[in-house]
Amino acid sequence: MAGNGKSAPTSILEAKGMTKRFEGLVAVDSLDFYIPEGAIASIIGPNGAGKTTFFNCITGFYEIDDGEILFQGERLHGRSPDQIARLGISRTYQNIRLFSNMSAIENIMVGQEPHLKSSWIGAVLGLPSTREEDALTENRARELLRFVGLEGKGDMLSKNLAYGDQRRLEIGRALASQPKLILLDEPTAGMNPRETLETTDFIRRLRDEIGITIVLIEHDMRVVMGISEHITVLDYGRKIAEGLPADIQTNPDVIEAYLGRGAAATA
Amino acid sequence: MDVLRSRTSRDVLSLGLLSGAFILFTGAVGMIAAFHEREVVDRFISLGQLMLLTAPFVTAYFAASRLREQGESAPRMLVAGVAVGLLTALPSVILLLFNSDEYRFLLFFTLRLAPLVAASVIAWGRLRAGAEMQTAIGIWLLVAVLVGIVTYSFALIFEVKGDLRSVFVNIDRDWVEVVTFDNRKDLMRGIGALGLVSIVSGLGGSILYLLPTGPRRALIYGLGVTALIGAFGETARLILQENVDRDTLREIFRRDTLRQNAALALFVISTTAGFFWALFGSQARERFSNLDYGPRRAVNTVGFVLFVLLMLMLPWLIGRTLSDVAVTIGIFVLMGLGLNIAIGLAGLLDLGYVTNYAVGAYILAVLTSIGPLGLFKGTFTFWTVIPIALLAAMFAGFIFAVPVLRMRGDYLAIATLGFGEIIGKLAISDWLKPLIGGAQGVQAIPKPIFFGTELKNPEQLYYIVLAASLVTLFVSIRLNNSRTGRQWMAIREDEDVATAMGIDTARAKLLAFTLSAATGGVAGAIFAAKVGTVFPNSFTVFISINVLSLIIVGGIASNPGIVVGAIVLIGMPELLREFSEFRFLLYGALLILMMIKRPQGLIPSKIVTHEAQSGVKPTLATAE
Repeated sequence: MAGNGKSAPTSILEAKGMTKRFEGLVAVDSLDFYIPEGAIASIIGPNGAGKTTFFNCITGFYEIDDGEILFQGERLHGRSPDQIARLGISRTYQNIRLFSNMSAIENIMVGQEPHLKSSWIGAVLGLPSTREEDALTENRARELLRFVGLEGKGDMLSKNLAYGDQRRLEIGRALASQPKLILLDEPTAGMNPRETLETTDFIRRLRDEIGITIVLIEHDMRVVMGISEHITVLDYGRKIAEGLPADIQTNPDVIEAYLGRGAAATA
Repeated sequence: MDVLRSRTSRDVLSLGLLSGAFILFTGAVGMIAAFHEREVVDRFISLGQLMLLTAPFVTAYFAASRLREQGESAPRMLVAGVAVGLLTALPSVILLLFNSDEYRFLLFFTLRLAPLVAASVIAWGRLRAGAEMQTAIGIWLLVAVLVGIVTYSFALIFEVKGDLRSVFVNIDRDWVEVVTFDNRKDLMRGIGALGLVSIVSGLGGSILYLLPTGPRRALIYGLGVTALIGAFGETARLILQENVDRDTLREIFRRDTLRQNAALALFVISTTAGFFWALFGSQARERFSNLDYGPRRAVNTVGFVLFVLLMLMLPWLIGRTLSDVAVTIGIFVLMGLGLNIAIGLAGLLDLGYVTNYAVGAYILAVLTSIGPLGLFKGTFTFWTVIPIALLAAMFAGFIFAVPVLRMRGDYLAIATLGFGEIIGKLAISDWLKPLIGGAQGVQAIPKPIFFGTELKNPEQLYYIVLAASLVTLFVSIRLNNSRTGRQWMAIREDEDVATAMGIDTARAKLLAFTLSAATGGVAGAIFAAKVGTVFPNSFTVFISINVLSLIIVGGIASNPGIVVGAIVLIGMPELLREFSEFRFLLYGALLILMMIKRPQGLIPSKIVTHEAQSGVKPTLATAE
């Protein structure tokens, strides 16, 4: 697997001095990070450490105030969220945000948006190219439904799906754009141990079978330590540690951030 | 006392009083007296009386169903029915007494006693809740004086003026005549009649609920159909007039009213039909839903073709007067379909839809008019201007959409509402007067000419509306099942996520606004050609509200729903003149009722199935 080399040329996502302020509050503070291509990387940190803000900056929802973010060497700064999505970054959300009154399969069809070309005129006239693309979109959506284990539930409204199915559908939707990088915001939140295990395996399969680079925010340390090859620890918007799971577990700064000064001293 | 405290009796009490309040309110706004003018069955029952009957009947039916939920026995349901009947009559009876000369003293008695009673009740309540004696006395005085000021001044007004009409303008002789069932002279007999009718209807309602499903459905169907056809007697006669000879017609109707024998026959026929439908209908539906996707689609297609055929033959079936109504309904269906693109598909709450309607109408007016304001005096025909009106409306829609692209929800609604007002003001302004005539508007718009025939009758104009509606329907169905439709739906569901999926939301929203505007423009142009004159009064905010309401009542994003919504909200007031006076009351009541009882609309939209089409059998949802 891609290693943790300091100057590996195969970086997929890179940031230099990335800063985001909200009226005086510095949510992300001159952050430098680097994610190698094909890695499973995690971002951890206590609540309010700026993890989701970090995702929102990458996907273009927030405009960063300083620094720059590079995706495959291209600057993301100044691009709108839909342009960034078209570059090959897709994400899921901490609190599931499916298109709840659309069916499961339609959610995935919308996910393929970056690759679709047909226009509304083609749809009205029923042009062969549009029909072909629609059929293709539908087929791909069905394949993805099967891949995330939702075959046969495609015509259900996504809000009527069970919780675990909704999480999987959201990942399916994010995969539909055939991204190079996928950002998962707490993919195992609210899951029981068995579901968590399944999801962890599923995430690993994503990388191994499709080769997507994965960045996840996660609170469950067993998940984080189990699948990550690279961990970044944030606290108050700053990077306080970075490295392999084993290094992070023994890092006194990390323990302090999570448990307080006393715990760090005794560790 | 315990009986009164139980949940059952509280339910019955509140339902009964609700129905009583309904009767009292509709009476006080003059609806009952106005509806009395229209007879449902000749020399038997009027629409006003039907209301008096229906309220306790329906309420008792619901009360019975509540009681069943609470596990009450059948005799108790009957008692509840009687109680509902009594309670329904009660408020009206009290008002009748207050209104009569002999019992007027009761009114004054009540008005003078009311502040004392109210004050005592409230003060007593405070005292029991642990307030001090002094506070209680203070509260007593305060409430007594405040309520007293109101009731004593009313008493004074009534005393000076001599009757209730000085305050409740519609509590007049006509009202008394209706609610006493023509016993205005003998008040006690009238009150007895009202009470008796109420009780019998209430009892009837609960008995109906106790019947087995088959006969019950049949009776509901029979009663409903008879009442509906009776109430719309004029419409029914106009339709029959086209298809039945004069003598038969005279057998069925006396002027616009259903004769008693005909009503009875209609009731028997519709009940029998209802009975068979109750027997076999559910089987048929079940068999239909068990069909595979292919055959089911075939059945639907056949249904649609039959519907289109019926629509094509409609003017022959219903005659001139009703064709005119059909054109009006059609124009609103067209606008409904257009606005639905913005609201239903893309979730853009556009309250300024009248803008596009006005643009279409004025463009057609100015370009084709042969009057003094006509720019080309007949060089342009209806057919060449329709595309121009469409493009102009699209352009207007585009211009108005650009500034609001970043707005969402309520903000968007208010901004678009403002645009609608701007158009209204522009139309009436002095600035544009040389061009579009200010308050006088543009006159002398020629009718469309189709291969040499002037389409001047509503029967002929109908086809233009129908064609435009079918085209719009086709476009919106095609779009709904396309990439564009899914983009819109995604924006409707969650705009942020839609952007994150790579959708250019600004572009998709512009398209929705523009296409929706195009339809409104065509509707406006057809409207202008239909009425022949265009002036600012036709383009008020009420047009936008009407269109929005019909979409909501019919079912958001549901095409059949829009047709039904237009028939109910636009057609009904046109067909029942008595209704049109209470149009907005009806709108308000209907919208509130819909929001509470059926927020998805009369005919909810269906989701497009993708897996079923390709033969994947659905698996049942597993609860986790």
